[in-house]
Amino acid sequence: MKFNTVIIGGGLAGLVAGISLQKAGQNTAIISSGQNALHFFSGTFESMEEPSQQLAELFSEAGIRTHYQAGVRLMPLGTFRPAALSLEDISLFPTSHFGKKVLIVNFLGYHDFFSSFLAEGLEKQGMSCRIHQLKLAQLEWLEQSPSEMRSVQIARIMDRIWDVVVQEVRVLLKDEDTVVLPQVFGLQDISVPGRIRQGIPAQVVFAGTLPPSVPGIRTQMLLKRRYELLGGTYLAGDEATGAHVHEGVVHSIVTKNLDSHFLEAGHFILASGGFFSKGLRSNPFQIQEPVFGLDVVQAADRSDWYQPDFMQEQPYMSFGVQTDAQLHAVRDGQALKNLFAVGSILGGTRPEMGTAAGLAIRSALAAVDQILRRS
Amino acid sequence: MKLQEYTESRHNFEECMKCTVCTAYCPVLQVNPRYPGPKQAGPDGERLRLKDPYFFNYALKYCLNCKRCEVACPSDVKVADLIQSARIRYDKSKPKLRDRILASTDFMGSLARPFAPIVNGVTGLGITKNVLDATLKIDHQRTFPKYSGRSFEAWLRRREKEQAAFPEQVSYFHGCYVNYNYPQLGKDLVKVLNALGVGVRLLEKEKCCGIAMITNGMSEQATRHATHNVAAIEAAVHEGRKVLTTSSSCTLTLREEYPNLLGVDNTAIRDSLLMATRFIYEKLERGASLRFRPDFHKKVAYHVPCHMERLGWGVFSEKLLRLIPGVEFTLLDSACCGIAGTYGFKKENYAASQAIGAPLFEQIRAVDPEVVACDCETCKWQIEMSTGYTVANPISILAEALAD
Repeated sequence: MKFNTVIIGGGLAGLVAGISLQKAGQNTAIISSGQNALHFFSGTFESMEEPSQQLAELFSEAGIRTHYQAGVRLMPLGTFRPAALSLEDISLFPTSHFGKKVLIVNFLGYHDFFSSFLAEGLEKQGMSCRIHQLKLAQLEWLEQSPSEMRSVQIARIMDRIWDVVVQEVRVLLKDEDTVVLPQVFGLQDISVPGRIRQGIPAQVVFAGTLPPSVPGIRTQMLLKRRYELLGGTYLAGDEATGAHVHEGVVHSIVTKNLDSHFLEAGHFILASGGFFSKGLRSNPFQIQEPVFGLDVVQAADRSDWYQPDFMQEQPYMSFGVQTDAQLHAVRDGQALKNLFAVGSILGGTRPEMGTAAGLAIRSALAAVDQILRRS
Repeated sequence: MKLQEYTESRHNFEECMKCTVCTAYCPVLQVNPRYPGPKQAGPDGERLRLKDPYFFNYALKYCLNCKRCEVACPSDVKVADLIQSARIRYDKSKPKLRDRILASTDFMGSLARPFAPIVNGVTGLGITKNVLDATLKIDHQRTFPKYSGRSFEAWLRRREKEQAAFPEQVSYFHGCYVNYNYPQLGKDLVKVLNALGVGVRLLEKEKCCGIAMITNGMSEQATRHATHNVAAIEAAVHEGRKVLTTSSSCTLTLREEYPNLLGVDNTAIRDSLLMATRFIYEKLERGASLRFRPDFHKKVAYHVPCHMERLGWGVFSEKLLRLIPGVEFTLLDSACCGIAGTYGFKKENYAASQAIGAPLFEQIRAVDPEVVACDCETCKWQIEMSTGYTVANPISILAEALAD
């Protein structure tokens, strides 16, 4: 099968690249081996400046609602982090003191949301907190399978009964100026978080839960739908297993499901992610990039990969593939002319600083820019 | 050096890092809280079962075996295989009469076919449905697939000479559905392949792929069918023929379930076994051409069946449909229709089955196509019954669009 560009990796970087190329009239394919880091997405595109018109359009055409304001956001355990470009669900504050009296509401039986840590963190900022466990009859059937009372299962129900939550919180509300709720709204129906904010006569803040991330999955679904609507070919659950490279030029990709049927293209984008997504693999001796065997920036001695103190900065987190200044991936010291590496697979980056989403978008758009300029 | 060689676990379950992504994509978990979910039923449960089979949970029977957990898993854990092989290994309950009847598709087909008009009439009656519901717990709201009076095998046998005259030959694993219920799909395939200069032959003797036996606790029978089919297909492959299929579920069973669940080695046939849409697409890509009716026009919405999604070959059906001049194409969102073979026929699963399919049915109504394209026969029954829209295999749409 022939395409203009084949993208390896169906996460944020791959989808942003795919949508941009399809929009520019290219015929592309995305190979996605399993779901991706968007399922753990905080909702904030950290390290992003105010979005360019191109990016703002891409989001709004996909139905993704974002807002921009330099400030801080509330983290799941009651701490704060700098934030700017975010999904609309995420509240952005000029300072971490965003209210006086806070009502934290969780759903009875839901263990992936940490009300007491949140309260402790907010009280440190001088806010007084009250925690309430809301018992909803509509959630009772989920309790039959306690291990599966997760964000996504709750969110599916909330798409239908969000108005019950609004009513219950209105009754609970005394003199609090702020309500904190778990981020379990708007999985399919994107209008739900906004309606909850409208219905409750106080400032509503949605705080993160344990994975899967509801706003993240929604973002993934919307981007994939947009990509397919533009005619892109999304190969879900397939895996790039090898490539045909000749004299510094990539000709085609081999995949697990299509075996002898190669995917040919003029350009290729490697957006296969870091260790979790298996864009990078390690064994006791070295770290490898499995599809092309690219050069990986890494410490030679294994004892330099990590710090014994878990809480210290871990060097292996910044390992990744080597590129030239134009993001061409490098193999055996030679830059491959039509292969761009983007997103978390890049070396020299610091994903633990929460820069991954911004890096994914910026590097993907930079690669797209070069591909379109050449063709 | 293969460092993982000595540490590789069954169905890769040790690779599970508890990320919970599979639980977000399990269609059963959304409608049935009694189901423990793919993570709990699969890799988590496997740890316990290895410790003591006592921990085997009979609620694993609620798994549809749609494989969506495997498609979603970022760590390549074969979640559905873990669940199904646990059922094969630990479920000691005997399959009920109903399950044996539902699972024996080729045996029932050969019994019903000679009396097709009577059988079709009787199974369509409300009273029959009520009786089946009360006695066998086959849900009375189901529409039964119709049987055909003449089998596809008999039809093709009469054309053996004519088919042998084509310069290129393939064998066709038609499956129970084409043989007993809907020979037209097989005839459509013959028409398209003939137009490409390819003649179609039967296998020496094929048996039901056994998919329904695997999910209904009849793995021994399924293994016998698997061994037989691999040998029959191998005979055709030895003579240099590709073996084509038109059912995504038969194909997944022959390609993946035989080695992964039943332990039947199929390496000799794996690369020669292709969905017909893939074979035809590849032929066209290599320069073959088809003549299409100039006046053909059809609004088509394509539903990728779960097992096609797992095979990763939906792309061939999609590209083939898009190639037909006059096709107005919509790709439906990736979703399970809820029937999952015999699953949705069972009274205890009927409500869940319909609830799982609801978003897909809603999208089909919104798109309002002239035909829904789909490579799976049980999806066809489910979608036709639940939406009233006609469902056709991409091969049939292709055949219809060909110039005579």
